[in-house]
Formats: sequence, C-alpha cells, structure tokens
Amino acid sequence: MSMVLDNTDATIARQPAVALERFPRPPMLRNNALMDALFRNLTRFFALLVFSLLAAILVSLLIGAAPTIRHFGLDFLWTEEWDPVREEFGALVPIVGTLATSSIALVIAIPVSFGIAMFLTELSPVWLRRPLGTAIEMLAAIPSIIYGMWGLFIFAPLFQQYVQPYLKSWFGGIPGIGVFFSGPPMGIGLLTAGIILAVMVIPFITAVMRDVFELVPPMLKESAYGLGSTTWEVVWRVVLPFTKVGVIGGIMLGLGRALGETMAVTFVIGNAHRLSASLLAPGNSIASALANEFTEAVGDLYTSALIELGLILFLITTVVLALSKFLLMQLARREGEAA
Amino acid sequence: MLIKRILAPALAAAAFSTCALADITGAGATFPYPIYAKWADAYKKNTGTGLNYQSIGSGGGIKQITAKTVDFGASDMPMKGEDLEKNGLVQFPAIMGGVVPVVKVTGVNPGQMKFTGPLLADIYLGKVKKWNDAAIAKLNPGLKLPDQEITVVYRSDGSGTTFLWTNYLSKVSADFKGTVGEGTSVKFPAGVGGKGNEGVASYVQKLDGAIGYVEYAYAKQNKLAHGQVQNKSGKFVEPDDENFKAAAANADWKSVPGMGVVLTDQAGDKAWPITGASFILLHAKQEKPEAGREVLKFFNWAYKNGGKMAEELDYVPMPDPVVKQIEASWKVVTDSSGKAVY
Repeated sequence: MSMVLDNTDATIARQPAVALERFPRPPMLRNNALMDALFRNLTRFFALLVFSLLAAILVSLLIGAAPTIRHFGLDFLWTEEWDPVREEFGALVPIVGTLATSSIALVIAIPVSFGIAMFLTELSPVWLRRPLGTAIEMLAAIPSIIYGMWGLFIFAPLFQQYVQPYLKSWFGGIPGIGVFFSGPPMGIGLLTAGIILAVMVIPFITAVMRDVFELVPPMLKESAYGLGSTTWEVVWRVVLPFTKVGVIGGIMLGLGRALGETMAVTFVIGNAHRLSASLLAPGNSIASALANEFTEAVGDLYTSALIELGLILFLITTVVLALSKFLLMQLARREGEAA
Repeated sequence: MLIKRILAPALAAAAFSTCALADITGAGATFPYPIYAKWADAYKKNTGTGLNYQSIGSGGGIKQITAKTVDFGASDMPMKGEDLEKNGLVQFPAIMGGVVPVVKVTGVNPGQMKFTGPLLADIYLGKVKKWNDAAIAKLNPGLKLPDQEITVVYRSDGSGTTFLWTNYLSKVSADFKGTVGEGTSVKFPAGVGGKGNEGVASYVQKLDGAIGYVEYAYAKQNKLAHGQVQNKSGKFVEPDDENFKAAAANADWKSVPGMGVVLTDQAGDKAWPITGASFILLHAKQEKPEAGREVLKFFNWAYKNGGKMAEELDYVPMPDPVVKQIEASWKVVTDSSGKAVY
C-alpha cells in the first residue's frame, strides 16, 4: 500500500523543511526549533539503529562462520554431504529444500490469494466482506507451531492416505514429471511442507492484495464497466495493472515468511539430509536444520557450519528482496517510457 | 515516593537473598531434565537451596561449563579423558535410562518382535528394506510379517538418545561403525527424522511399517510396540527397570577416566543392551568453593533420596556401589588452595 503512495508521501515530508528556511519563527516559538532538532535526531537515531543492528548481525554471522568458510570454501554451497560424525558439511540439501518448499508455497498461494482478494473486493455481497476478511486475517495470527502440529497430526496422515497415492498413480508414470512423485507415500516431505507454508502465507498475500485492490479509484473501474467489460476483464486489465507494485510487494512479504519459517516446516519436512528429486521424499530446510541441530552441536566446525547456514539464509532473503525491488524499478521505468 | 515504595521491599528481598545460600545453576542435556527438575523441587523444600537447571542440550552444557557461566554442566555423551584434563573438569554419572526400538507393523503387539543388534544396524543402514526379509523372519518365526517397506525413523535434533543408539549399533556392527559412526547427530543413509522423542513416537504411530528408537518412558507411556533385543549374552531381553539396572551392575566404571562408561552392549543375562547414563561436569579447581560444595551436596542428596522419584519418571537411579565410587571421586574437587570442598 505504502509503495503506491510513495511519491505523495515524499512531497508531503519535504514541505516543513522548506517552510523552516523561508519564514523565521516568532520569538515565542524559538524553543520549538530546539525541540524539533532533538526530535529529528532522536528519530534519525532510531532509524540508523536498525541499520547498525543489521550490520552487527551480518558481522557476527561472518565471524561465527569463519572456520567453515576457511575449511570448505565455496564448495560448502554445492556439497550434499552433511555428516557431523566425520565433520563433513555442505549446504546443498537445506538450500534446495528451502527454495523448493518456498516455491511450492508461492505456486499454491498466489492464485488462491488472488481469488480471495478478487472475491472480497469485487464479487462478495457487502455483508460478507468484513467477517470473511477478518477470518483470513485471523489465519495470520495463528502461531506457526500450531500449523506444524496440525500438519503433522491431522494433515499428513490424511494427505498420505487420500492424496499421495493418487498423485503417484496420476503423475508417476508421466516421463519427466513422474520423478517428482516417486517413492513411498509417507505423508511428510517437501510437498507437505510447501502446502503447509502456502496456508501460512495466504493470509499475508491476501491482506495486501485486498488492501491495494480497494485503492483502485472507482472511476477507473466504472469507466471500464461502462465500456462493457466483464468483471474478469476489469480485474485483469484495470485493477491488476494499477496495483501490480502492491501485489508484488505482498507476494514478496509472503515469500519472506516462507523462506524463514522454522517450526511448522520442521514438523512436516522429514528432516533428512538427502537430495531427492521426488517431492514426496523427506528433505530439510535451512531454518529447520538450525532449529534441530544447534542445541546439541558439539565442536567448532559443526557449530560454525550451522552459523554459515544462517548466513546463507540471510543472503538468500536479501537477494530475493533486492531482486523484487529491482523488478519494481524496471516496471516503473517501463511505465514511464510508455507514458 | 512511589518509586521508593516499590523499591524498598525489592531491595530488602535482594539483601535477604544474598544472606541465604545462592541457588545452584546448571545447564545441559535435555534427556535428564525432568528428573533434575523434580529433584530440585524436592531439594528446595527440604534444604531451602534451589537449583536452576536450563536444558539447553549437551553441547550447550559443555560450552557453558567451560566458560564457567554455570556451576555444573550436564552431558549425555561422556567427555573423553583428555578433554576433561584439558578443561580441568571432573565428570560423574548422575542418572541412567534406556533406549528402545519401537515398530508399527500390523498385527505386532508390544514386546513381540525380536531383534539382534546387527539386524537393527542393517535396518538403519537401509540394507534390510522389507518387513518380511529373511533376517527378520528367522528371528520371529511366530509372527506374520507383511510384504511392506520399512520406514526408518530417527531423531532429527541432536540428542543423547541418538548417541546411545548409534554407539550400540557401532559396537555390534563394523559396517555401521564404518559408514555412520556414533554421535549425538549422525548421517543416517535412510529414513525420516522426527524432532524430539515425541516427534519420533508420533511418526512411528502414524506411518505403517515404521521403526524408530525412543527413550523407554515414551515407549511405555504411548504404548508403542517395543521390540526385544538380543544382548551380549545371547538372551532376548525386554526393556524394563530391572534389565537397565542389570546393565549397570556389570560395568567397570573405573576403566574409563571420569567414569565415562557408555553402558551399551554390556555382559549379563538380563542386561538391556541399549542403556546409558547422563553425566555431570564441574571444575576440579573451584573458584567459588561454596558453589562447588552445594552442587555435590545436591547430588549426594539425590543419590540418597531421589531413587523413587527417578523410578516414577522411568529413569534408573545409580546403584549403591556405583554411588560409593562416585562420591569417592569427588575428593579431587578442590578450592584454590587444594583443599577438597566436599
């Protein structure tokens, strides 16, 4: 939402500074200048505090990961081995697991969230909008451990019994895709973790989408309707192009949550340091490897390998955020050219 | 005024508590946490001295005691003699427990299935893949075994339970020792990982054809189908208190520095082969002799009075002759002048 309004925000924020220079204050208000300066510096301090915290975390991660970085070098990133007994470590399995579960989550969550947001803003009867919207926001308030327990005790057995056998029989024989659905149906694994993550990020993406959809000026939509557009055409051709920046922001918010989610994933991903093409097979994610192994990690190299995993997660999140900002900038520039 | 009114009692309380004995602090293994907490509660009622134990894991416990931020550390995996010496630590066992294999196979009830150590090792290596494998059928002629894949379940978090399990399998199978080895977390070639005993227990309950390993208390409380295991003397034994004690009775505690004996694969007709102790670590040279004395007093009290509480929680208390050896070993815990603190 704020991204849409960025330009206006900025102009409003700049006004007082200009006013300050041009018009000297009356004497009785002189003290206020001091207070203003104090207040400005205080807020600036808080803002910079965030930056220094971020830098401090990065530095301490680097220091903690130094032994493994020296020992394994870049090979750490694409080594599959994770053997605490022989002190051989590689991050490939958790990296793949993190990216795979987050991608599955987004593939499911984006269309569902778009549908919910479209229903809430365009199709739903007015009396239903508030209760339905609140119910979806409530999903976001459920602690992740509850999702994990629900996933393990309720969802995984049902999934194992009623869904996975059919997935195997439908897709298992197709060349190319079949390999993603091989192996015994266990109820837990990468696919289950991705689905649980999808349920967890849907409320975030939906809430942002609904908010930005509501910001579309009624005049635009009414004009389109007036020209004879269907509801679908209005949403697809008018609402979505108008709000794409906000929509992408919402998706990135969801992706950020999916990448770092720990407890819910730990419960259902199967926690196996093995690489498998099958989505039904157990795997591991960076966050759940950390949650599982940090407490009992004995020895410098083992602890350091876990810290380096943390550093990698940190970098993945940063790269994803940077890419999304870059994408938004590209979009904005193209729009400028078109205009 | 208001501040004064709030602060005054707080200050008084602080002054009072420095007069009274300070609480003991400890950190480490999660496996013995329930019994330490129960002992601490009873000890506080009896003596007024509290124990603040943080179950942050064995690795954390070792780090904290080496950094001297706690009075004692606790670890499920005994520290090696040279490491004890290097860090100036004293080690002794405090409590024992057993690890049991549990299965979920249709038609198999608790205690029915029989295993040998090498068979368990082969299952966990992924070599024995099906329940009707000849190796399993030979040991269990009376059972109807299904033509079903075995799903191996292990602990995904590092734990003393995994250490005992892999230590036992390494002792009985050279192959397991060579490919997997022993440790609080290891790389199993097959299967899925559950978080904590409860995670493994729930996977085994949910997945048909699963085998897992859990602490005895979890198998008993959840009524999981545990298996019998053949011990060193060739007898198939049930996991129970008596057989855990039998494993401890025959151990030669003096054979390893710091009494760091792992009680797996012990001789004796009744000995349960996957038994182990949890260990306490403290500094041999106490900078605060008072704190060291309190730690030893606490464990002396626990050995004397804590046996029943331990059995209620399905732990096994240390047998009396072993306690005598432990308490004799405490004389090396001294203050800076070299005088024994206890």
